Amino acid sequence: MRVALMVTCLNDAMFPDAGKAVVTLLRRLGVDVEFPAAQTCCGQPMVNTGYLDEAVPVVRSFVRAFEGYDAVVTPSGSCAGSARHQHSIVARRSGDPGLATAVAEISPRVHELSEFLVDVLGVEDVGASFPHAVTYHPTCHSLRMLGVGDRPERLLRAVRGLRLLDLPRAEECCGFGGTFALKNADTSVAMGADKARHVRESGAEVLVAGDSSCLMHIGGLLTRQRAGVRVMHLAEVLASTEGATRAGAAR
Amino acid sequence: MSARDEILAAVRGAVATARRPVEVPPLDRPEREGDVDLFAARVADYRATVVRCPPEGVAAAIAAALPERATVVVPDGMPYAVPGAVPDAGLSSAELDATTAVVTTATVAIATTGTIVLSHGAGEGRRVLTLVPDVHVCVVRADQVVDDVPAAVRRLDPARPTTWISGPSATSDIELSRVEGVHGPRTLHVVLVGPADGTPPGAVS
Amino acid sequence: MSRTFVGMPPFPTAARAALADTQLRANLAHATTTIRAKRAAVVAELDDWEALRLRAAAIKDDVLLHLDEHLVRLEESLTARGAVVHWARTAEEASEVVAQVARAHGVDEVVKVKSMATQEVELNEHLAAQGISAWETDLAELIVQLGDDLPSHILVPAIHRNRAEIRAIFEREMARVGRPAPADLTDDPVRLAEAARLHLREKFLRAKVGVSGANFAVADSGTLVVVESEGNGRMCLTLPEVLVSVVGIEKVVPTWTELDVFLTLLPRSSTGERMNPYTSTWSGVTPGDGPQEVHVVLLDNGRTRALADEVGRQALRCIRCSACLNVCPVYERTGGHAYGSVYPGPIGAILNPLLKGVGHDEQTDSLPYASSLCGACFEACPVRIDIPSVLVDLRAQVVDAHRSGVPKPEALAMRAAAAAFGSGGRLAAAEQASGLAGRALDALSSLTRRGRRAGGRRLVGRLPGPGAAWTDARDLPVPPRESFRAWWKRTDGGTR
Ligand code: SF4
Repeated sequence: MRVALMVTCLNDAMFPDAGKAVVTLLRRLGVDVEFPAAQTCCGQPMVNTGYLDEAVPVVRSFVRAFEGYDAVVTPSGSCAGSARHQHSIVARRSGDPGLATAVAEISPRVHELSEFLVDVLGVEDVGASFPHAVTYHPTCHSLRMLGVGDRPERLLRAVRGLRLLDLPRAEECCGFGGTFALKNADTSVAMGADKARHVRESGAEVLVAGDSSCLMHIGGLLTRQRAGVRVMHLAEVLASTEGATRAGAAR
Repeated sequence: MSARDEILAAVRGAVATARRPVEVPPLDRPEREGDVDLFAARVADYRATVVRCPPEGVAAAIAAALPERATVVVPDGMPYAVPGAVPDAGLSSAELDATTAVVTTATVAIATTGTIVLSHGAGEGRRVLTLVPDVHVCVVRADQVVDDVPAAVRRLDPARPTTWISGPSATSDIELSRVEGVHGPRTLHVVLVGPADGTPPGAVS
Repeated sequence: MSRTFVGMPPFPTAARAALADTQLRANLAHATTTIRAKRAAVVAELDDWEALRLRAAAIKDDVLLHLDEHLVRLEESLTARGAVVHWARTAEEASEVVAQVARAHGVDEVVKVKSMATQEVELNEHLAAQGISAWETDLAELIVQLGDDLPSHILVPAIHRNRAEIRAIFEREMARVGRPAPADLTDDPVRLAEAARLHLREKFLRAKVGVSGANFAVADSGTLVVVESEGNGRMCLTLPEVLVSVVGIEKVVPTWTELDVFLTLLPRSSTGERMNPYTSTWSGVTPGDGPQEVHVVLLDNGRTRALADEVGRQALRCIRCSACLNVCPVYERTGGHAYGSVYPGPIGAILNPLLKGVGHDEQTDSLPYASSLCGACFEACPVRIDIPSVLVDLRAQVVDAHRSGVPKPEALAMRAAAAAFGSGGRLAAAEQASGLAGRALDALSSLTRRGRRAGGRRLVGRLPGPGAAWTDARDLPVPPRESFRAWWKRTDGGTR
């Protein structure tokens, strides 16, 4: 099985540790993951802001980068959702039947990390160790667009030493929403402030989620509040082993 | 072009390239009999009162449900005796406003939702009768209780006006806290005629 | 009593003001939390909820794709049952039909059942201009009307008001238009509802003309359906001699039987009850019972425009239950006024642009962006309207409508991003630049001594320009010195 890592533009440029964690984790599980250097972005920032024409070259480059792989794994529910549900819209817009065919071919092979681990590799215990009190925020696109269900929680529960605490109103959006965070910054922050409050109420020392974008938003609020809760990508927790705990990058 | 023709033409233009047969899945629910106990419980959930009685006890149950010295109106074709009640001879709204209570039957009742449905024929009366007086006593036979809303829809004739009543009138417009009793009758008594032990409907003697 | 949404600012501006209103925030948080729990409980009672949703959506799709046939059928059945059918292309035409009926009967007042369609066409304002008072009789509508306020929710238009505010409005305003509020009124909801009952009863008993909308219009039986709670609907539909119902053309259901699924879905989705207290159905005129003159106005007002929208068409399936508002995290915080329309919340964010078209005014164009695309609305919608997908499609329409003009900074940024993201090589170069910028910021923040770190990384405290929208309230980490891509290349995927 040829497996490609789609690291996502945000992790690439801002949170490389999340990508490195996926590599560590998958290698430990015996998957020789490749990184196609032609990859850039899934195009979601353009599509969700209404710039379909601008998304066409991006989806083209996506298709070029990931053609021929059996599976594409990505540490982002949102970007997986974009590839699976939005690339066909962009392909239709391009008027290029070749692009549409390529998209139809690749889209179903794109898996968010927890889906890949549980459904494709069939593992829940990834051999991780992370002796901390953790709470998990199910990001909207993982939860409602992809329907990853409780896969992330199942993975987290199998982590040695990890104490998983309930997050109040967990399923409510954190308010990131891509360019929504800028175009409707006030509302975005109002939503994020409540999410941050719930995170603090959970009593966790670490907030975990499967999307660096949402973590950047919630984490940015938490550090601004000097809250003392750090945020980590799910991949970073799952990649941690005894003696090799990842610190969690600032988001 | 008339407004009618223009709208219809616009509709046709809008769907011209989109028309396709749509497969409507049927409502795939097992036929279940109406659970009379459930009906009674669900009516009571709305803070309406439910009194169960055998057929020979209806008159007494109605009398007990009516407030003392109430002025009472009954529709044409009321099958149960209501002593002292005024028959509806085209009473005006103002006259009805001065009437305390109304006693009627119903066409169908819904167990799952605790609903009674009137279709305003014999025994049920004009719509205004069960609207303006403040107390509504409704006699429902156990064999009229169906399982859920879809079964009730199928039993009703759309040509008749119908009123579906689930408890007394209520509002949640103030901070979404429920208040019973706004414009419709503030008190609803349901007299449920039939055995109380869950014997199947129709077994009422 | 003639406030309208005309001239409302775009959503972000209106939302900023709403977010600062702490009373509003508290009222909304309380109300939406309450209704969410109620809805969830009664939805969970039915084990075939998803099947019901699928059936409802399919029925409505079928209707919409053959709407012309259904409308003609509806007109025939209504006429056969003694109703007079009118067609209205626009808001003005619809309002004018009602005004004509009122004038024909020489009345200077009508009583109204809460109806979205009549609000949409601004019927009350149209009638007022002709000296006809339209009395709202739904409790929440009464609160809004007496308070010279605007509705902020489809189902509970005064959701933004708490009991103390309502009491103040009743005490101040009721006497002006009819029976005054009782002298000893308290802010107990029971007492407030009682005050409304007494205030409105005299209006019900004397009204000659009633005005309603309809939740459903059954084509083959000519039956209209009004779903309500308080009994004000029954009053308006029963007591007046004349009844005019303004019905959007999308309200059609083909046959009576198909109401089975809608009457199951609607109350559970909207008020979170197994069944609403009252549902009334009527088919034209019933001799000797209720209004003996019945008019039905079939309203377009942008619906055929929405129907032509391939993706957006599904919005016409909407049964106005308001579940999408109640679960929406944006609505919960901004309330309804920020949407600048009688249709607020997620459905408003798509319906308004679909009915009015985009590219004409900034306010409408801002609505498709008034969502984080979290998808809670789609999940709750009883007729499975994929609101996030329609929002995304409308955003593209907004952008396309402005493509010919001078490009906004946002458009330029998107073009630049498209260029960078068009090739891995170009992106690598851009990242190198950001890494350099990161190092510069890093150095700078250590100089100012304001620099803070989290997880070993420096944080950007404040950015100038558009970046301030982020850093006003949120920290941002300084870009790392090395991108993932550069790391992979340098270490050969971490193997060196
Ligand atoms: S869009 Fe769906 S959830 Fe929202 S009001 Fe309409 S029917 Fe209800």
